[in-house]
Amino acid sequence: MIRDASLRTRLFDWTLVIVLLLIAFLCLLPIWYTLAVSLSEKSAASAGQVWLWPVGFNFNSYEQIMNDGRFFHSFWISIQRVAIGAAITILVTTLMAYPLSRNARDFRLRNVFMWILVFTLLFNGGLIPWYMTVKALGLYNTIWGLVLGGGVPVFNVILIVNYFRNLPKELDEAALVDGAGPWKMLFSIYVPLAVPVLATVTLFTIVYHWNEFFHGLVLTSGQDNYPLQTFIQQLVVVVDASNMTEDQYKRLNELSNQTLNAAKIFIAMIPVLLVYPFLQRFFIHGITLGSVKE
Amino acid sequence: MRNRSFTKHYYFMLLPGFVWLVLISIVPMFGIVIAFEDYNPGQGFFRSEWIGLENFEYMFDLNDTVQIFRNTVFIAVMKIVANLIVPLAFAIMLNELRFTSMKRWIQTLVYLPHFLSWVILSGILLDIFSYTGPVNNLLSVFGVDPILFFARADLFPYIVVGSDVWKEFGFNTIIYLAALTGINPSLYEAASIDGASRLRRIWHVTLPGLRTTIVLLAVLSLGNVLNAGFDQIFNLYNPMLYSTGDIIDTWVYREGLLNMQYGLATAVGLLKSVVSFILIVVSYVLASKFANYRIF
Repeated sequence: MIRDASLRTRLFDWTLVIVLLLIAFLCLLPIWYTLAVSLSEKSAASAGQVWLWPVGFNFNSYEQIMNDGRFFHSFWISIQRVAIGAAITILVTTLMAYPLSRNARDFRLRNVFMWILVFTLLFNGGLIPWYMTVKALGLYNTIWGLVLGGGVPVFNVILIVNYFRNLPKELDEAALVDGAGPWKMLFSIYVPLAVPVLATVTLFTIVYHWNEFFHGLVLTSGQDNYPLQTFIQQLVVVVDASNMTEDQYKRLNELSNQTLNAAKIFIAMIPVLLVYPFLQRFFIHGITLGSVKE
Repeated sequence: MRNRSFTKHYYFMLLPGFVWLVLISIVPMFGIVIAFEDYNPGQGFFRSEWIGLENFEYMFDLNDTVQIFRNTVFIAVMKIVANLIVPLAFAIMLNELRFTSMKRWIQTLVYLPHFLSWVILSGILLDIFSYTGPVNNLLSVFGVDPILFFARADLFPYIVVGSDVWKEFGFNTIIYLAALTGINPSLYEAASIDGASRLRRIWHVTLPGLRTTIVLLAVLSLGNVLNAGFDQIFNLYNPMLYSTGDIIDTWVYREGLLNMQYGLATAVGLLKSVVSFILIVVSYVLASKFANYRIF
C-alpha cells in the first residue's frame, strides 16, 4: 500500500492512461495489420510472417487492382448509391421530421403518423415478403433498389424530430409574426439550426449505403451489378466449404490471395476513413441532443 | 397557434416519406400471408394454395428450428450483456482520465470500428484468425498448437460475441458519457472532502448517477433477444459451424431465398417478428414506467 496520496493518484492516472491507450490501440490494430499485409510480399503474408510492418514492401497488390475493371465498376456503383441515397434520405427525412415535430394542437394527425412510423420499427414482415415486394415494385437490378430497398430510416427521422422539438418555441412565434409559411420556416430557420443532427444523419446514411452488402447480393442479378461491399464479400468471405474436409479448408486458407484481398479491403475502408474525421465532431452532439426529450 | 392553411403543406412534406414507408415497410407486412400458403411465385399472394398452419406444424417438427432459436438466443443474450458492461467500464475509465485532449483522441479511435462494415471486418477477422494468422502465431509462442478457428463450432459463438463487442463498445460509450456529464460535480467534491478514494467515488457517485441509464439500456435491449446479428454471422460462418452458429436470419435466408422454401421461411420469419414485437412492446412499457422513457 502506497501511503503518499499524491503518488498514489499519479500511479492511478498513469495506469489508466496506459490501459486506455492499449484499448484504443487495439481498435486500430486490425486496420493497421490489413494495411501491412496489403503492402507485403505474397509469400511472406501466406507464411504468416507479417505482424505490424510489411515484409518485402511492394505495391503489387494495388497495381493489380488498378487494372481490375470489375473492382472499379463496383466501386462506381457504390459511389452512385451513396450519392443518390444520401441526397434522397436527407431531403425526405428532413421533410418528414418538420410536420412530425409540430404539436398535436398545430397538426392534429401528428401522433397518428408518428405511431405508424414507430410501428414499422416494432414489426416487420420478414425477409421473404420484403423481397417479393421489392421485386414486384420493379426495383430488382436497378440502382433504385439499392437506394430505396432499405426503407425509410425511421431512427434518423426520430432523431431529427426530437432535435427540432428541442429548439426554442419563440423561433416559431417570431417567424409567424414575420409571415413565414411552413416551407420558409423549415428551410430558413430549422435546417440551419439543426446542422449537427443533419450532419449526424448524413454520416449515418453515407456509412449505411457504403457498407450495405446484403441488398447488393439479393437485389441484383450478379457480379456486373454488385456494389463494392458485395463484390468484396463474394471474393473474400464466401467460401463454399460445404463438402470440404478440414485439411482442404486449411489448404484453401493458405492458397487464398491474402495480400490482394487485404488491399481490396483497405481500399473499401478508405471512404469511411475519409468522411469520419470531418463528421465525427458533429455526431456525439447530434446523437445526444436528438435523443433527449422534454 | 393552429393554422389551418399550414396543415395542407404538412401533408405535402410527409408525402414522399410515407409513400416510401408504405411501399417498402407496410406492404411486406401483408406479405406474411405467404406463411399460410403453399406459395408459388408464379401464382402470387392471392392465388397460391392456402394451407393454414401446415408450414408452422412442419417448422416445429424440424430439428433445425429448435437449434437455430437456441443459437440465436445464446449469441444474442451474450451480446446484450457484454455490450452493456464493457462500454460502462470503458466510459467510467474514460471519465476518470484527466487529460482532456488525450480523452478526445481515444474517443475518436474507439468509435471508428462501429463505422466499418461486417464484410470488411469479417475479411480481416478471417485473416487474423486463419491457420497461419497472427493469433495462431501468438499462440505458438506460448507453445499452443495452431487452431483452425473457423472450423471449431465450440468456439464460434465466443468469437462472434468478442468481435461484436470490439466493434461496438466504443460507440456504445457515447450514451454513458452523455449521462456522466449530467452528474453534479459537487457530489465528487463532497465525497473527496469526506475522504473517499477514487474507487469509492466511482462506486458511490458515478455508478448511482448512471443507474437510470443502465436500467434503461438493459430494458430496451430486450427487443434484441432474437437478433444475433445477421451481417456479422453471415460473413463469418460456414457449414462446419452451423451447429452453434446458424441463427434464425441466416437460416431464413438459405431456406427462403436459396432453397426457395418460401412458405416455411416466411413462417419462421413471422414467428421471429411476432416474438420480437412482443418483447419490444414490453420493454417500451417497462422503460416508460421506470425510467420515464419516451421514444418521441
